[in-house]
Amino acid sequence: MLLKTTSLSFAYPGQPSLSFPDFSLSGGEAVLLLGKSGSGKTTFLNLLAGLLSPNHGEVILDGTVLSSLQGHRLDLFRGQHIGIIFQKAHLIAALTVKQNLELAQFLSKKNGSSPLALLQDLGIADKASAAVGTLSEGEAQRVSIARALINTPKLILADEPTSSLDDEHAQRVITLLKSEAAKIGAALVIVTHDQRVKSEVSQVLELKSE
Amino acid sequence: MNLLTLSWKYLSFRPLATGLNVILLAFGLAIITVLLLVQYQFEEKMTRDAAGIDLVVGAKGSPLQLILSSVYHIDFPTGNIKMEEAQRISRSRLVKQVIPLAMGDNVQGLRILGTNHDYLDLYSVKFAAGKPWEQPFEVTLGAESAQILGLKLGDTFSGSHGISVGSHDHDQHAFKVTGILAPSGKVVDRLVLTSIESVWYTHDEESGAEPDTTTQVEEERIAVEEDAPEEGIDPQLLPVSARGFPVTDQDREVTTLLIRYRNPMAAIQLPRMINSGTSMQAASPAFEMSRLFELLGVGISLLQGLAIALVVIAGLSIFIALYNSLKERKYDLAILRTLGASRGQLVGLVFLEGISLTILGAIFGIAFGHGFLALIVELTSQELVSLVDPWVFLTEEGLIFGYALTVGIVASLIPAWSAYQTSIAKQLTKT
Repeated sequence: MLLKTTSLSFAYPGQPSLSFPDFSLSGGEAVLLLGKSGSGKTTFLNLLAGLLSPNHGEVILDGTVLSSLQGHRLDLFRGQHIGIIFQKAHLIAALTVKQNLELAQFLSKKNGSSPLALLQDLGIADKASAAVGTLSEGEAQRVSIARALINTPKLILADEPTSSLDDEHAQRVITLLKSEAAKIGAALVIVTHDQRVKSEVSQVLELKSE
Repeated sequence: MNLLTLSWKYLSFRPLATGLNVILLAFGLAIITVLLLVQYQFEEKMTRDAAGIDLVVGAKGSPLQLILSSVYHIDFPTGNIKMEEAQRISRSRLVKQVIPLAMGDNVQGLRILGTNHDYLDLYSVKFAAGKPWEQPFEVTLGAESAQILGLKLGDTFSGSHGISVGSHDHDQHAFKVTGILAPSGKVVDRLVLTSIESVWYTHDEESGAEPDTTTQVEEERIAVEEDAPEEGIDPQLLPVSARGFPVTDQDREVTTLLIRYRNPMAAIQLPRMINSGTSMQAASPAFEMSRLFELLGVGISLLQGLAIALVVIAGLSIFIALYNSLKERKYDLAILRTLGASRGQLVGLVFLEGISLTILGAIFGIAFGHGFLALIVELTSQELVSLVDPWVFLTEEGLIFGYALTVGIVASLIPAWSAYQTSIAKQLTKT
């Protein structure tokens, strides 16, 4: 198993504790994370990414217990092994498309894949030296996928990646995510309530709010 | 891609704010640079030119004027003194050395200074060509003078009366260049040196040739000449004296005397003796120059205050710019963290931005400072100002980088702390 969680729970200060079901995922597999608003989907994703640290339980990625890592080692581990895609692209506006990818490589100290080849795969190679501000939303989202993939992560987390895209782009983004994750053998977790996505991924994990 | 490139990209992404901050800081630092250069060079030149001169004796008048005219050759002399009286002082046991000076002529605004070879030793000059004057009307050019006049060994020229350009020429007897000095950075660079006798003879001829326009003093001088014994050879053909006072049996004048004391006692006794006991005045270069700097001090402090205010405002402005841009960039910071950046790297990024801004400010500030000074020197004809070389770089200018760095670090402290505190999860879940 590439990704495994055991008896995870987390509580925001002054709020009741949220418990999450145990689950595991192999490389190349994809899972949809579903649930109503407030059921803790984003919290769960943050725990998986090591952005939040659980009150109980563990997240184990490829044999490493995330909560055992501290400070910069956790940051570096995240940069090297976890790719995160947000609802909006959130690229660094001061940099060009290619520089955004190079930045991800620099911060994770991993210089594996070539930014240009990846952009080629995602069909946006012609935008490599474009300023981020000139991209359409669909293009920007594809760049953010490229940024998440550039370090060939073991785990890809996507938080509502398609919610701000039209049908055509949503379809394209979800197909890309699946095929690229499969190509590099990464586990893919998608948080969504987008019907267009639900039909694409068979494995589902449903969070229930108590 | 690295942190420095990233910080630079962020800075150049906001060219107006960045430019404003850099210029603001640069202006403050430019003023400091100018003050530093002017103060340092004046003080250094002033001290160097006055080295070895304990006391200046000349005609009564303003003591500061006496110093400026005789040591630095910038103001007009206070008048002449009788050589007989001057020689009496030189015989005092308090005096170690006396160098007489005779002034009154110029060539293209460069002063012709009659003196003896002791003056050359005083500034320990080196000859680029030729040797010191030995006959009347032989001159030695300072390095800059030679360049301005475009003269070389063996060339001749005539001086004109007065110490600034525009008076009538002494064209009776031409000066002949027999020596050219190597550049020394001292006052001799801008002088034309000759013997006291040469200065005397030029004026003798003038008064002889133009009797109609002679003044009363000159008439007296003619009278003296007529009384002079006719026997012997023309003194103009004799070699001039290289040391001490010129030998003459006539009633002659010199302009001022540069005196070196024999012992510390002289500093107390000699000035008082001259000022009260003779019709001449004595002034100490050290004392008069410190008085002058005291007078200028008010203006300098005022400018310093202005410069400090500008630097502080620039610091504040950089702080506000960093703080605001960081508020807009909280999301960026969170993204950087998810990409693997540590808190330390974010702090580093903020400091790099602040410090790059101020280092740029320092570079521009120093460049502006030198440029501005060059402009002033170029535009002004004031001789005092032309003493300043705008392209001298001082080690003290390193201090300016120090100031700039301090401003950058102080201005970055709070923004850096807020970057350190940013919680990624909270920032990313905010919509």
